[in-house]
Amino acid sequence: MERAAALFEYLLRHGDSCLILGHRVAEWCGHAPELEEDIALANIGLDLTGQAEQFLAYAGTLEGKGRDADALAYSRDAWDFRNALLCERPNGDFAHTMVRQFLFDAWQVEAFAGLARASDARLAGIAAKAAKEAHYHLRHSGEWVVRLGDGTAESHARAQAAVDALWEYTGEFFETDAVVAALGDSVPDPAALKPAWNATVDEVLRAATLRRPKDGWTQTGGYAGRHSEALGHLLATMQFLPRAYPGATW
Amino acid sequence: MERKDWPLWEVFVRSRSGLAHRHVGSLHAVDGAMAVDMARDVYCRRAEGVSVWVARSADIVASDPARKDEMFEPMTDKVYRHPTFYNIPDGVKNI
Amino acid sequence: MYTQGLNVADGDKSIPIERRDDPREAAFQRRVDAEEKIEPNDWMPEGYRKTLIRQISQHAHSEIVGMLPEGNWITRAPSLRRKMILLAKVQDEGGHGLYLYSAAETLGVSRAELVDQLLSGKAKYSSIFNYPTLTWADIGAIGWLVDGAAIMNQVPLCRCSYGPYARAMVRVCREESFHQRQGYELMLKLAQGTPEQKRMAQDALNRWWWPSLMMFGPSDAASIHSSRNMAWKIKRVSNDELRQKFVDVTVPQGHFLGLTFPDPELRFDAATGHWVHGPIDWSEFERVLAGDGPCNKERLAARRKAHADGAWVREAAAAHAAKRAARASRAAAE
Repeated sequence: MERAAALFEYLLRHGDSCLILGHRVAEWCGHAPELEEDIALANIGLDLTGQAEQFLAYAGTLEGKGRDADALAYSRDAWDFRNALLCERPNGDFAHTMVRQFLFDAWQVEAFAGLARASDARLAGIAAKAAKEAHYHLRHSGEWVVRLGDGTAESHARAQAAVDALWEYTGEFFETDAVVAALGDSVPDPAALKPAWNATVDEVLRAATLRRPKDGWTQTGGYAGRHSEALGHLLATMQFLPRAYPGATW
Repeated sequence: MERKDWPLWEVFVRSRSGLAHRHVGSLHAVDGAMAVDMARDVYCRRAEGVSVWVARSADIVASDPARKDEMFEPMTDKVYRHPTFYNIPDGVKNI
Repeated sequence: MYTQGLNVADGDKSIPIERRDDPREAAFQRRVDAEEKIEPNDWMPEGYRKTLIRQISQHAHSEIVGMLPEGNWITRAPSLRRKMILLAKVQDEGGHGLYLYSAAETLGVSRAELVDQLLSGKAKYSSIFNYPTLTWADIGAIGWLVDGAAIMNQVPLCRCSYGPYARAMVRVCREESFHQRQGYELMLKLAQGTPEQKRMAQDALNRWWWPSLMMFGPSDAASIHSSRNMAWKIKRVSNDELRQKFVDVTVPQGHFLGLTFPDPELRFDAATGHWVHGPIDWSEFERVLAGDGPCNKERLAARRKAHADGAWVREAAAAHAAKRAARASRAAAE
């Protein structure tokens, strides 16, 4: 695979993951369990959407076909999206949302730490700035996972159910494929992020008195455009206006 | 319906290095760690701060407004505590 | 935001008439007259406390319910920029609700009690949020008109006699300054856009104009509450004055957009220098405030659902904090 094409794909993976997860988090706005948490969640949604804009803008520049971040976000169909499948999982209850966020944050922190050292200066710059946000998110989601896991019997059961349901979506982060191979050591090796991710996840799950599921079969395909049914509905909502009024600017 | 709030915390923010923390408002949180993070999200969304303190509202001891006169009134006529009380001839330097 | 229209609307009999022969009452009034701020622990008339609790909590409820009509469009915002702006704006409204609940709490009422009053339907909130956000232009119209009306109301409240309320309003006003601008900018974009976008903008103005004027509340010339709240400096400008000020600044802004106001009687009176609007249908205002508006039931249902769905989360966090505290004190004892 040609390097520029691979980098475009790689940027979409980060950008789309941030975009789709940010969208999910934003769905909570006005409906969170407590007012303070509503505000905190909106901050996370804003950070992720901002990160998405950065990655997608770079992807568009690199592609050189005149597509900006909005064109990429609002006019591709599901099969052209490259987000990790975990990010498109529906919000479910607050435990599902927080466990999803935690599993993602624990990966993103490691991924951005590696990317901040990337030889590509623009990519490194985006990652270095976003890394600070990711650290904050991880602290927030990690603390919630502990509170829910080691809270009441009900919250423990809900948190465990969320971990069990979402676990099969975490393997995707660590897979290597032709895109990553084409980029060589200019981006972090996905598999190499796993030990640090494991350490973070194990520590939090232990504090939360939650059981770590066995690593087994993994849902995968988001990076190649094979998504769950949930993504199409998300996009139908997100892209409604630009599609209903082609040619309009907002 | 049984309803109980999370404890109330008072929030103090240092707006920039070199300045004192200033009271900005309050919020509810289960513990100090959550209160600090929530304070960041609630009261520093526009880069208003570089440092946050929180204290449980219940732990703050305040002076009694009814004792305002006896506590603060006696201080208002102690003019000798202020430099302007003293006359120094213009020719004297560096005092 | 949004309390102007509510004070006088419900003629609350539970607020006691003060005894003018109480020397504390006279001393209190002298302080207020001298523009001194009243602080939480200061002596205050019971009526003053109750009026403030009611007004500040209605104000807070309005912010919280107000998150819903705009939140309705966060997932459909048409660009990343618009999405971030809207999310940040609705988040601000949550923040404003929080500041205001906090200000009310200094008067000896808990957030839990206030939230229960909202969810039980006992407390009122601004009727404007019982209208639906049908198209994207409604997000512009809310920013331009509803936030514009709110600013008219809120700026004088920064000088309210009650310190915590006034300070909360200073923060709210500072943060709100971008809300109206983004709304007008959004409308401008539509007004300069395709014919369909322009039609969308005009339709939004048609639907939001009259409810925005109603936000200031009925004429308060005859209200006993209004004059007392003026004396207490809880309220500083009359409903009619604020409404007129709003109309005077907003009408030229609408004309600049090339839009038409849905009021055939709207005209400029050169003699007074004011824009004169036609009669407001107060029966609609009373009806929507009393519960029969297009979205009253949905709004309350959404708040109740969020609250009920969050109960186990709030309990879990409290239970975990208690466990942690117990572990820490056990460790300290060893």
